[in-house]
Amino acid sequence: MYSFEPSEEQKMLIEAVNRYALNDLRLKAHDADEEAEWPRPLIEKGWELGLLQASIPEDYGGFGERSAVTGVLAAEEMAYGDLAGAMAVLTPGLFAMPIALVGSEAQKQKYLPGIVEAQWKPFTAAFIEPYFDFDPHELRTTAVEDGDAYMLSGEKTFVPFAPEAEAMLVYASLAGKTQGFIVEKGMPGLEVEARAKLMGVNALPLYKLTLNEVRVPKEARLGGAEGHDFAAILDASRVALAAMAVGVSRAAFEYARDYAKEREVFGVKVAQKQAIAFMLAEMATEIEAIRLLTWEAAWMLDQGKEEASKQAYLALTGATDMAMMVTDRAVQILGGHGYIREHPVELWMRNGRGIATFTGLTIV
Amino acid sequence: MIEFEPPKPIAQQSVALKTVAENMMRPVSRYFDEHEHEVPWDYINFMHMAMRATGAGSLAPKERKPKEGEEEQKRPPIGYQSLAFMLETLCWGDVGMYLCTPGGGLGAAAVEASGTPEQKQKFLARFAAEKPTFGAMAMTEPQAGSDTSAIRTTAVLDPKTKEWILNGEKIFVTAGHKSLELSDGFVVVWATIDPKAGRAGMRSFVVEAGTPGVKVTKLEHKMGIRASDTASIVLQDARVPFENLLGSPEVVPQEDKKGFKSAMATFDATRPLVAATGVGVARASLELLKELLAQQGVTIRYGLPRQKLTNIEREIIDMEVMLRSAWLLVIKAVWMADNRKPNPLEASMAKVRAGDVVTKITQRAVELMGPIGYSRDHLLEKWFRDAKITDIYEGTGQINRLIVARNVLGYSGRELR
Repeated sequence: MYSFEPSEEQKMLIEAVNRYALNDLRLKAHDADEEAEWPRPLIEKGWELGLLQASIPEDYGGFGERSAVTGVLAAEEMAYGDLAGAMAVLTPGLFAMPIALVGSEAQKQKYLPGIVEAQWKPFTAAFIEPYFDFDPHELRTTAVEDGDAYMLSGEKTFVPFAPEAEAMLVYASLAGKTQGFIVEKGMPGLEVEARAKLMGVNALPLYKLTLNEVRVPKEARLGGAEGHDFAAILDASRVALAAMAVGVSRAAFEYARDYAKEREVFGVKVAQKQAIAFMLAEMATEIEAIRLLTWEAAWMLDQGKEEASKQAYLALTGATDMAMMVTDRAVQILGGHGYIREHPVELWMRNGRGIATFTGLTIV
Repeated sequence: MIEFEPPKPIAQQSVALKTVAENMMRPVSRYFDEHEHEVPWDYINFMHMAMRATGAGSLAPKERKPKEGEEEQKRPPIGYQSLAFMLETLCWGDVGMYLCTPGGGLGAAAVEASGTPEQKQKFLARFAAEKPTFGAMAMTEPQAGSDTSAIRTTAVLDPKTKEWILNGEKIFVTAGHKSLELSDGFVVVWATIDPKAGRAGMRSFVVEAGTPGVKVTKLEHKMGIRASDTASIVLQDARVPFENLLGSPEVVPQEDKKGFKSAMATFDATRPLVAATGVGVARASLELLKELLAQQGVTIRYGLPRQKLTNIEREIIDMEVMLRSAWLLVIKAVWMADNRKPNPLEASMAKVRAGDVVTKITQRAVELMGPIGYSRDHLLEKWFRDAKITDIYEGTGQINRLIVARNVLGYSGRELR
């Protein structure tokens, strides 16, 4: 059967996240961007919504089952408030979700309860690398077997909260296969470098990282001795990011729509001009189209469908273009005012351009 | 619960329809493209027989009533969803031939949408008759396309005979020839009962085959969908019985907007279906494009970052995004129709997106295949010509953008012209 109606439980969740997104994230997004920092209590408040906790089974301290569909619904709503804020709140998931999805029993027991039962704590992941053709399946960071350990070497960038992270998942190429390795705080050879200065998501602290022959024990390989399926992590990351792109775009669309209904031009509201009205119609259509594509990809992941990986890839590809198209037009509809930082649309446009680069920065 | 599993009956139906598309449509696609105004009777007769057997085919699905002793069905209705799948598959076969499918087409859909129970019984029974029968809708006039309030065809009541006298000219009537001259079908004609009243004066009338004063004067020569007849119809003092005015007689004589609204309600239901036809053509094009590329050694590496993809790969991946997301908009719109949720926004979104997507995909397919795409050796060039109509009929892309815009802005037709 087809159904496009979230369950009652999901609707309640969306409503709760929406309140947080609007009353906390959105209200403070401008200042957070200018100050390049989210106030920690605000992140903790977002954490208390329990999005990650609800994806972790009770055996490991959580209170639920992971559902990618629920995850994308929440991710969209969170990013509707602010992308940097949404990613900050969900950062511990970068570490916990892969462990929950493909980690070994020992890894789950060792890490998950400590993360989900506590307050927001900076656990993170190092995935993106500083190359134009960064490819999740062909990482340049390498893992080499060395006796009873793996040795990790390479460069990473866009690592959230790296200096204070208690532990992070570092992705590296092990004989050509992308695998995750758990790296604890303060391991020799792990050098956190300068904070990355970026075009957008300024409120999310992202760092460059160098791994210089970091020796991690064999047990630190995600999934244990046999390693793990990387596709599951990548897919979950892609749908989450696609959903966030929808959230950002929806925010930009609504703002531009409301502005166009207020602003007078040649004796009518600017929204009454077809040139603007048609732009808004196309933006709304695009957002809905990509939202459905994302939902379907998430649903396929939950169902274990064979085409799920491809669909997640298509969803994110579409979302990347959609976010740029919609946020660009939102700025355009506000005209000169769109370019001024007092209005949020320019921030959304800067953040929207990042979607193409942020694979691995969020996961559901 | 959000779900994306096609219902089982639809999946079964799709297998059968694919066979029809592959065996009865594709092999003769080129022939009927090159022999405009010839009628694909083999396909028509086959579909008529098949649809009589299964009861499928109307553009306005009937609720399945439980048989006696059977429990009231609890499953949600899937009539429009099933139609969307059917049309998508048939148009993957050939959209021109699909438009020749007997069963009443838009004419029957209009009767279903705004007819009284008596009218439905009287006018729709013919589609189950032994011979294939057609229906059509006549809205457009030489000087009135998207602006339907400019319609000049008049309907005047003769108080003595209680007949409506229709005068005017209609153009672009899909299947008008088959409805009036090749079968005992009908055309639903839109006319004004008060030319000064604009849309408020609009009414729809069932004009049956054989009505004196009704004549098919021209069959258009078109860029594509050549298997489908597009007729001009002249009505000259054509008399139809009083009861042929669609709708409940009590509201009929009043000059309200119900008449026009019922036409628009028909479109809410049929727009996503037209979008589905576009998706079918687009899918045909994309599939053949990938097949032809594969023959020349090009395969698509999904999952790579864009920076590593070739231009052709990027194009194909973008097309897949467009196609799938357009299809999902269609499914959502028909799912809403099935569940009686008002869907004018979603119906128009689906039409906007599908019109764009099918136009782009078929164009890009021709371009990317170079001389092979442009050649009549393959169907890519034909689908490109066929596709364009999707963005025009049942409301152009621009009219549908206007509808989407009014809905998202909360504007009336007066506030956003």
